[in-house]
Amino acid sequence: MAYHKLLPRQYMVLALVSLCAPLGDSCLSRGMTSLPAISLAHPATLIAAVFTPWIAVGIALLIGFFASYLTALSWADLTFVLPATALGNVVVALIARFWLNEPISLERWAGIVLITVGVGFVARGPSLTERPVLHASAPAETGEPALGREQAR
Amino acid sequence: MTIPYSAAQTSSWAAVAMIAAIVLTSTAGEVLTAGAMKSVGDLDKIRAKWGLKGAIRAVLTCPLFFAGVTFLALSFFSLLFALNHLNLSLVAPASASLTLVTNAVAAKVFLKENVDRRRWTSAVLVCIGVYFLAH
Repeated sequence: MAYHKLLPRQYMVLALVSLCAPLGDSCLSRGMTSLPAISLAHPATLIAAVFTPWIAVGIALLIGFFASYLTALSWADLTFVLPATALGNVVVALIARFWLNEPISLERWAGIVLITVGVGFVARGPSLTERPVLHASAPAETGEPALGREQAR
Repeated sequence: MTIPYSAAQTSSWAAVAMIAAIVLTSTAGEVLTAGAMKSVGDLDKIRAKWGLKGAIRAVLTCPLFFAGVTFLALSFFSLLFALNHLNLSLVAPASASLTLVTNAVAAKVFLKENVDRRRWTSAVLVCIGVYFLAH
């Protein structure tokens, strides 16, 4: 019923979630800081920001993140997926250190260690809350959405 | 180079409000989306049987998913807005780490997930770690 151990394919999905999110956020940050101040009085300028190159790349990465995130949530708990995919922050920090040669402070190394330990903690546990019986509320047995529920057994 | 908006012009109350908006909308969005995906079922299996179109249709026919996406979109625009007024070194660690904790609470309350000691420990460790890393 519940998936206690993940398949290699599912680890791949979690890795995709981990990498796309921080990279996408970095692109958004770079795009937004180079724009002039945006005020609530002119919300349309936020929409225009979406079409600038950095923001557009960031959004493309975040779409990839969202697709893999939805997939992960369909077979794992939210409280498993969120800490497990936080490892992406560590990967980005390590890329910055060893590829871009950016210095990493002691505080950041502490953060890397804490996240890694936290991910190790959650990864050793079950990925999905075991429910004694699937609720007999399966009124939508028609169509494809119900298929997933049926197959999750 | 364009100088970004000065963070010093933003009051601390406004900063708290902006970060709270991100955290609350993000938590609502995550919990609603997670609930939607649980009701849809294993997307990998749906895709194996019905193809990508079938998987997309399964997601798009779930009303809860749209509620989740609405809140996630609100969270996204709150983030864009906050990044325009505050430094990334404040917004990123504060919103990311707080969201981990609020999500753990919300998942336990609303999704009835088994947030045991292991998951609490993990959430708190990652929360502090993300704060240190992004600060």
